[in-house]
Amino acid sequence: MNAVVAFRNVSYRIGNRQLLHDLSFELYPGETLVLLGRSGSGKTTALKMVNDLLRPTSGEVLVEGVATTVWDPIRLRRRIGYVIQDVGLFPHFTIADNVGLVPRLEGWLPSAVRERVDTLLGQVGLPHEQFATRYPRELSGGQRQRVGVARALAADPPLLLFDEPFGALDPVTRVELQRQFTTLQLKFNKTALFVTHDVREALLLGSRIGLLHNGRLDVLATPAEFLHASTPEAQAFLACLDLKKDA
Amino acid sequence: MDSLAREILDLTLEHLWLVIMAILIAAALGIAGGILLTRRPSWRGVVLGFANVMQTIPSLALFGFLIPVPLIGGIGKHTAILALVLYALLPILRNTLTGILGVDAAVRESAIAMGMTNRQLLWEVEVPLAARTILAGLRVATVTTIGTATIAAAIGGGGLGVFIFRGLASLDTTLILAGAIPAALIALIADGGLGWAERKFFIA
Repeated sequence: MNAVVAFRNVSYRIGNRQLLHDLSFELYPGETLVLLGRSGSGKTTALKMVNDLLRPTSGEVLVEGVATTVWDPIRLRRRIGYVIQDVGLFPHFTIADNVGLVPRLEGWLPSAVRERVDTLLGQVGLPHEQFATRYPRELSGGQRQRVGVARALAADPPLLLFDEPFGALDPVTRVELQRQFTTLQLKFNKTALFVTHDVREALLLGSRIGLLHNGRLDVLATPAEFLHASTPEAQAFLACLDLKKDA
Repeated sequence: MDSLAREILDLTLEHLWLVIMAILIAAALGIAGGILLTRRPSWRGVVLGFANVMQTIPSLALFGFLIPVPLIGGIGKHTAILALVLYALLPILRNTLTGILGVDAAVRESAIAMGMTNRQLLWEVEVPLAARTILAGLRVATVTTIGTATIAAAIGGGGLGVFIFRGLASLDTTLILAGAIPAALIALIADGGLGWAERKFFIA
């Protein structure tokens, strides 16, 4: 099976700070690989290399077999859905215009864009009759993040990147959206790279988990295997689960 | 009295012409320059420094300095407009720059990650979101230019300053007021109108 994304000995440094050390892993079609790690572990840095927001200092990141440095960045990015914690909806665009952005940039007919937007809003649980003409400021945090997910799915990209998308939400909304993520993932079977610092979220959503520690890949395993991982950093994360059980 | 009214009208129109020309030129230069500075961080110090220095030159002196300058200087309207442009530039330039740099980082990152080109990012995201700040700069520039333009009369630029200088020379308060009151009214109307436009551009 050909990897959708492949990291080949990727390192990244800014000044004297080495953020990633010799990172190598592959992401296969249809899987959700969760990059788990503490703040500063390098997981967001790694994610941003996939859509060429950052470039490796050494090594290379291949997307569909082609290095990101070779891809036309505009074409590459329009093939990759991107969801971030702060959502980043355009405040001066309606919800429909936010969701339909990439299809419009790609030159779809307005009627096709509208149809696609209506379908997507329905799929993320925001009926278009009620939400299409509203503005982001009129929505709650959870609703905005649903719009963010719909926007990332809009042009039907083969690959999705998620950077702690549910991190800023209250626990109840977070669980709702995690559940919806699983449903959508089962339905569309997209390839996804998902960054989080929440070990529960990693176990729930990931088909594999990559644990990053100080810019190095510490563990790469399925959720079942991860529960028995023996490295100190994996133990530290698994200890969070026990704490929650006690409380 | 009838001839005074007639002259007030003529000089008011002349005054408006000076202000409108100066603001149009300053807006074109200031907005384009401000956008350029968002893309060329290393130029910011020099360009903003130049605009800042222009602001610190006393206006009467600046008009005077331009008289002996060949080609762009001399006596008359074009020199007056040039001086007014130099004054109006800073608030427009600075507000364009700060308005665009003030766009939420997450919004900008999303726009880039969605595959917007640099041009799409600028015109579809940055400029619309900075519009209110840019307009505020334009408003400040316009109101101050309306006042400063009264000095244009000192170098033969015409406008309502003609009354003020004539009144000062002949110690005639009525003449001074004939220049000052219309200038103040134009400034109030411009301020109100641009303030209204700013509120219309309000984006949460």
